[in-house]
Amino acid sequence: MNRWLPFEWIAAIRFLREGRMQTLFIITGIAIGVGVIVFMSALLTGLQANFIKRVLTSQPQIQLIPLDQIARPLRNAPGVFENASVQRPSQHVISVDQWQKVRDRMQSMPEITAISPTMAGSALAIRGAASRAITIAGIEPASYFTIVRIPDYVVAGVPRLNSQDIIIGTELAKDLGATVNDKLNVQAATGTPVVLTVTAVLDLGNKAVNERNTYVALRTAQSLLGIIGGVTTVDLTVKDIYAAETLAKRIESSNAVEADSWIATNAQFFTAVQAQKTSNTMIRLFVALSVAFGIAAVLVVSVIQRSKDIGILRAMGASRGQVLRVFLIQGGVLGFVGAVVGSVMGAGGLMYWHSAMRQADGSELFPLMLERNLFVATALLATATGLVAAMVPAIRAANLDPVVAIRG
Amino acid sequence: MDDPVLRLDRICKAYNVGLPSETKVLHDIDLTLKRGEFLALMGPSGSGKSTLLNIIGLLDRPTSGHLFIKGQDTALLNDAALTRLRGHTIGFVFQDHHLISAFTAVENVLMPLLVDREFAGPDIVVKANALMARVGLAKVADNRAMNMSGGQQQRVAIARALAMSPDLLLADEPTGNLDTQSAGGVFDLMREVNRESGTTILMVTHNLDLAKRCDRIVDVVDGRITA
Repeated sequence: MNRWLPFEWIAAIRFLREGRMQTLFIITGIAIGVGVIVFMSALLTGLQANFIKRVLTSQPQIQLIPLDQIARPLRNAPGVFENASVQRPSQHVISVDQWQKVRDRMQSMPEITAISPTMAGSALAIRGAASRAITIAGIEPASYFTIVRIPDYVVAGVPRLNSQDIIIGTELAKDLGATVNDKLNVQAATGTPVVLTVTAVLDLGNKAVNERNTYVALRTAQSLLGIIGGVTTVDLTVKDIYAAETLAKRIESSNAVEADSWIATNAQFFTAVQAQKTSNTMIRLFVALSVAFGIAAVLVVSVIQRSKDIGILRAMGASRGQVLRVFLIQGGVLGFVGAVVGSVMGAGGLMYWHSAMRQADGSELFPLMLERNLFVATALLATATGLVAAMVPAIRAANLDPVVAIRG
Repeated sequence: MDDPVLRLDRICKAYNVGLPSETKVLHDIDLTLKRGEFLALMGPSGSGKSTLLNIIGLLDRPTSGHLFIKGQDTALLNDAALTRLRGHTIGFVFQDHHLISAFTAVENVLMPLLVDREFAGPDIVVKANALMARVGLAKVADNRAMNMSGGQQQRVAIARALAMSPDLLLADEPTGNLDTQSAGGVFDLMREVNRESGTTILMVTHNLDLAKRCDRIVDVVDGRITA
């Protein structure tokens, strides 16, 4: 034994070591609880980080689009409507009103990091006998590539967009039998058909997207879709992605556009994350409670088993406070050791799962995120839980009457 | 230093005071122990010997009367002060040795020294080992207390009681559970401690042969001192 430790520590550790089975079982119990917490928290953090990363690199965080087109019925007198049914007008493709002005105004806002106007619409891609419906996005590569990292997804060719060029997805390339440098005939409902050269093939990680999404130069899309000089959306990225929604509201209030933030368009994801966070918190709470009761139960029994020892310690001059601390330390040590073992178990399980569970293409299902803070927080929480749980047994031990305790 | 180590002045102890079931266990006990005295306390079971010993050992408080330890009236002390006084002046040896099974023999001896912050220091290990040698157990000092014979355990208990160099050693039937030979050995050890260190010893015993070898015998019958 280390003779320089304070008496309370020596006694606490000796008592734990002597009650081998009890100690082993309760530590295993704590470790399992802590392991579950570590595993779940790390997994959730990883999934969230994965999604955020996708948000940051593959979609604009705010999109400005034209206002909804509404029908304006005629009135006979102010405030009086005829008994007419008002039909919703068809939403034909129109440009964002005075988009250059909107862009300039966006440029003056310090919260916005990138601005890119886009002309989007539907068209047909025809090659020989094969034709496919596609979505055309007319972009300015220099600014658009800072929002969506198109170059990162290129599997063949170079992401170059002159007026005669088009970038298509892997599925569309397969369907049309086209590769880099092949020519496609692209035709929209309005506007003039054009012949474009494939400069790059992309894999955007989703079959439907790879089938439909194509990128051309902004001017090409404008003439193809018959809206010369117009854009259908202005895409923005912002400094603080979590402030996107409030920023979108501000933009809407001072411009004649509708602003959709990624938070609003991915509301489902946030609901899911929130639900997971809530259930995670509940699980943590209940695991902590069951750990606390487990520790308390073991220590209550230990106090009864050791009442004689406690009496002797008191007879030898140990104060109530010292006896109290002997049992508090036991609770804290149980919590801490359980947390360390549990953290190793949780991290090990996560690593195994991470390597065993792969997506079909062999890429990772979720990123492995093991943050030091998670382990520190878990260890602190478990130790504190142990201390709190030991409170009742420790007070009981401290209040034992030495005479009664010794007589047993 | 002229104060006696222990002086009892009209000590009474009653249980369930004020209730119909009130029982008086001790009646006006007067007793004085001079420094270096070795006293045997005898009496039949249920006569109040153990209660008296608990009161003297500051584990229990009297209902009335005064207990002076080295001239200090213990009635005036609070719980913490009593614990301190007990730790510094009184050593206990019980009938059942009451060693702590989680510790080795020498650690049991070390325990009272560790409990007291004033004593903690490198030399306490030396002292504990010296005490083990003194009770003749230097070779088995690192054995678990549970793996020793009854006589050895009682010797360890004596070493532990002596760790704080107490003025008063209280022994409650220290030889009660031992065979005659071991009992003689344990008694001889106590006698030796008493002679060499001048430790005052109060021993409860049923063994008349051993009692006769003490300096003085006090009989307790029905809560009163008779001789």
